[in-house]
Amino acid sequence: MFLLFQASTTELFDLADLRLIAPELILTLCACVALVMEVLLPYRKSRLIGYFALLGLGLAAVSVALLGWPIISSGAGTLSGFYGTLRVDGFAIVFKLIFLLAAALTVAVSLRYLDIEGEQRGEFYALVLFATTGMMFLAAGYDLIVLYISLELMALTFYVLVAYARRDLRSNEAGMKYFLLGAFSSGILLYGMSLLFGISGSTNLSAIAPKVASVITAAAGTDDAMLRPLTLLAMIALAAGLFFKISAVPFHMWAPDAYEDAPTPVTAFLSTGSKAASFALFVRIFAEALGGMRADWAPLLGLVAAVTIMVGNWAAVTQSNSKRLLAYSSISNAGYLLLGIVAGNVWGYTGLVFYLIVYTLMNIGAFGVIITLRRRGIIGDEVDDFAGLAQKSPLMALMMALFMLSLGGLPLTGGFIGKALLFGGLIQRGDAEGKSWYYWLVAWAALNTVVSFYYYVRFIRAMYLGEREADARPLSLSPALTTALVLCVVGVIYTGVYPRHVIQLAGQVVATLASAGAVALR
Amino acid sequence: MKIPYLLSVITWLPLVGALIILFVFKRHQSGAIKKFATAWFGLAFLVSLALTGYDRATGGMQFLEDCQWIPIIGARYQMGVDGVAALLIMLTTLLGLIAALSSWEYIEKREKEYYALLLLLQTAVVGVFAAMDMFLFYLFFEVSLVPMYFLIGIWGGERRLYAAIKFFLYTLVGSVVLLLGVIKMYFLTQDASLTSQITPAILANVAGNEPARALVANSLQQAAANGTGTFNIIYMQAMGAVLPMGTLQVLLFFAFALGFAIKVPMWPFHTWLPDAHVEAPTAGSVILAGILLKLGTYGFFRFNLPMFPAASADQSYWGSFGVRNVMIVLAIIGIIYGALAAMYFVVKRDGDVKKLVAYSSVSSMGIVMLGLFALNPNGLNGAVLHMINHGIYSGALFLLVGIIYERRHTRSVSEFGGLSHVMPGYAAVFLAMAMTAIGLPLLCVFISEFLAMRGAFEANPWWAAWAALGIILNAGYMLWLYQRMFFGNIDNPKNETLRDMKPREWAYMIPLVVLSLWIGVYPKPFLEYIQRPVNSVVRHIRPDYPIPLDARPATPPVAPEHATTK
Repeated sequence: MFLLFQASTTELFDLADLRLIAPELILTLCACVALVMEVLLPYRKSRLIGYFALLGLGLAAVSVALLGWPIISSGAGTLSGFYGTLRVDGFAIVFKLIFLLAAALTVAVSLRYLDIEGEQRGEFYALVLFATTGMMFLAAGYDLIVLYISLELMALTFYVLVAYARRDLRSNEAGMKYFLLGAFSSGILLYGMSLLFGISGSTNLSAIAPKVASVITAAAGTDDAMLRPLTLLAMIALAAGLFFKISAVPFHMWAPDAYEDAPTPVTAFLSTGSKAASFALFVRIFAEALGGMRADWAPLLGLVAAVTIMVGNWAAVTQSNSKRLLAYSSISNAGYLLLGIVAGNVWGYTGLVFYLIVYTLMNIGAFGVIITLRRRGIIGDEVDDFAGLAQKSPLMALMMALFMLSLGGLPLTGGFIGKALLFGGLIQRGDAEGKSWYYWLVAWAALNTVVSFYYYVRFIRAMYLGEREADARPLSLSPALTTALVLCVVGVIYTGVYPRHVIQLAGQVVATLASAGAVALR
Repeated sequence: MKIPYLLSVITWLPLVGALIILFVFKRHQSGAIKKFATAWFGLAFLVSLALTGYDRATGGMQFLEDCQWIPIIGARYQMGVDGVAALLIMLTTLLGLIAALSSWEYIEKREKEYYALLLLLQTAVVGVFAAMDMFLFYLFFEVSLVPMYFLIGIWGGERRLYAAIKFFLYTLVGSVVLLLGVIKMYFLTQDASLTSQITPAILANVAGNEPARALVANSLQQAAANGTGTFNIIYMQAMGAVLPMGTLQVLLFFAFALGFAIKVPMWPFHTWLPDAHVEAPTAGSVILAGILLKLGTYGFFRFNLPMFPAASADQSYWGSFGVRNVMIVLAIIGIIYGALAAMYFVVKRDGDVKKLVAYSSVSSMGIVMLGLFALNPNGLNGAVLHMINHGIYSGALFLLVGIIYERRHTRSVSEFGGLSHVMPGYAAVFLAMAMTAIGLPLLCVFISEFLAMRGAFEANPWWAAWAALGIILNAGYMLWLYQRMFFGNIDNPKNETLRDMKPREWAYMIPLVVLSLWIGVYPKPFLEYIQRPVNSVVRHIRPDYPIPLDARPATPPVAPEHATTK
């Protein structure tokens, strides 16, 4: 029996390849165990499952680190396996660490939240772990099929997570909306992928990239040149699907509803982990597979980024619900992140990854503070609910103020360094290509940060400047939540004051892309 | 006494104080907090006096510090001051101490946060003056907004929320445009076709002395090793001399100019200022007028003029109307508009004295800008000295307004009259400061206005003529204001029982009066700080301009023992 198993597997893949997916295996295993624990443990003990999930995430992080250290220390090494469908390189390692960070912070802030809501069940943590597994495969996938399946693994778990508060009608409604629009967008994405397959005859990115490049550069009248319209269509379909995933205008409609009505930890995870994963996919497909047609997609992405930044910022100004406000802020941040891909050079991609890391910290931090205000039966997520927080809990107010200033991009916080890198990338690209629209784009993006400060400062105004006193009831705190918040604050300040090491980490992604020829050095 | 890392100590000391207040003191210990904060400000001021050790005969950037910071983008932790920045830092620490002392009774709620923010603000502002790395400069420049936002927003008057957010967003617009300019300058330092044209003489001139030149060389070496550009300010200034005149330089000039013009504020970017001043607490106004406005003019002096010399001196872009003329016209409009607006608040029935002082600041800052863009030694000397003087007298006027506001809870001119009968001491100090503002000889403003006007006259007599009109108006409203507030009979019974100045109030007013007299009678020591940096800027922009009393060779002597071997 064992021999038979061995014989058949060696034909399918090399057992040594399993090493490449060790972190994902650990996570899957932990998720399954969490499901079993859910059945075995009594309800009041189910918090243990959360801590178990944290342990699993920690083990996975160790495994990623062990796997990644030789790759990172040797420069831009690459481990490839499963017939080239998976590729573990600096890019994958860094993104996997971001996902694990986001997931761990999410679990830490949800322990308390689920208690308040009376929904403390192990399946929540299992779903978070499954979603993380999907994200991690997404970062390592180098084949359209693998990418699509991992994307769907992530998306499906998120549909469930958004509707997780099953007794809450609004949560159900949000899940339904997200599911319908998400399924639709996945269809468009899949259509784009199938076109790519039709053009290149392969689902592997390393085979698609040269084919796309040769189609774009082909002389008129050749066979390849006739494929050009089809390639453009594939690019547009892929872009549309991905715009939905990162919630860029005009495919952003789902985000405010899903963010507002989903359980708050899920919102936090959706806006950081899921967004980072979608950006990983975006970069893999656009920079690597479609790198040859940069001249075609850069203006499109630039335009979408400009509109996204504007719509997100201006719509956020009028919101009174803090989760909905942060949803629009998240839309505008998707626009800023897109600038990194538009720039497509060292500063741009470094800025993209750096900003994703900082964004994970500050956004989960902000949602964490919102969770501390929550009480059973009282929503507690209006901007006005922050009134007087500076008097009630100075430290919590200070943390929230820092997260908000960092989201806006004030110096000495990580948000500033991220935005400066993204803007710098665009300026550099404008210099290199000699095209003025890059300068207009960066000026537009920079001026819109002023608008964003208006609504971020509203939180600060409510906490510090208002006359209204806060009520005397205590905040909903727990050790895990406090630890997560402190970690986020320390991270935001550290990346802002001494960003050297995080930039170096982000540089791993750039090195990987550069070795694939997808980065302009100037 | 030599203090190692002097500039870092002066910069970060207030932050340490703020942290102590936040984490050691309890909220209800307001008495202890204000005493501790004032003492800490006093300590910071005493430490900053070590900057008088600035070697005035050598000039250039001194008290240098250089550390690794973010090598991947070429940003380094570099500190250094020339005479101008040294004076401004000392003014900052002095006004910080005075502001803390003046708040003892004015601030009645949330003292803990108040003094912590005041200290934090000082760190940010001193950092702006001390930074020699553009990235570091920008960090401090923008962070300084936050404490001021809170100072206005929490302890301000009735419309404080509106004034605070207006101040914040308005100045932020300038800052983000400035950021783009900074990044573009950074990329230019990687452009070999430009940097290869920088001659040692250019670099020696902007660096001013040998250690500063060595520091630039070190920055370049590090940058080359990492394959990056550099944010070093001296090097960027040197870049200015080789940057070709054209659209790029003009755009960069205006990117920087917008950031600083809003801070100054130049007409027509001044509208945030009256709101911010009227709503801010007294100490906030003192810091705002005395120091924060100087961030703008200092920016012009340190960045716009040396980095974009061709654009600054340009008289031909847009037909015959040059970039320089745009700045001059805005400055002159500011001088006259500010004076007229101030006069309006004397005439108006319930005119606000604070608004008057605010508009007089707009006018004063116009004189600074006119002096700067006269682009000759007299003009620049006058402009820089006027920055200091404006810090002294406008700070003092805001304090005086605060003193009367604490007693009467109104600032309306028409509420007062005949105050000299009940408050003779107050009337005397007010008179001294009003005369300073007018520019009476033997008081500080006379010197700086005279120099600035003389510089403007050398450049173009018409500019000086227009500015003189503003200065006459200036005298008009100040005298009128003084007459309405202090002379005549006491016709408002509420004013009959007003108490004259208290010892604490005397304590913080006297240094300002003394300084005003000192600079007015014997400005030489102050001008000595300013002279060499100013000459180096003029030489940088106009290499052929004759600079009187400038015996300095264009390149430093080869060997230091040169003199002794003879």
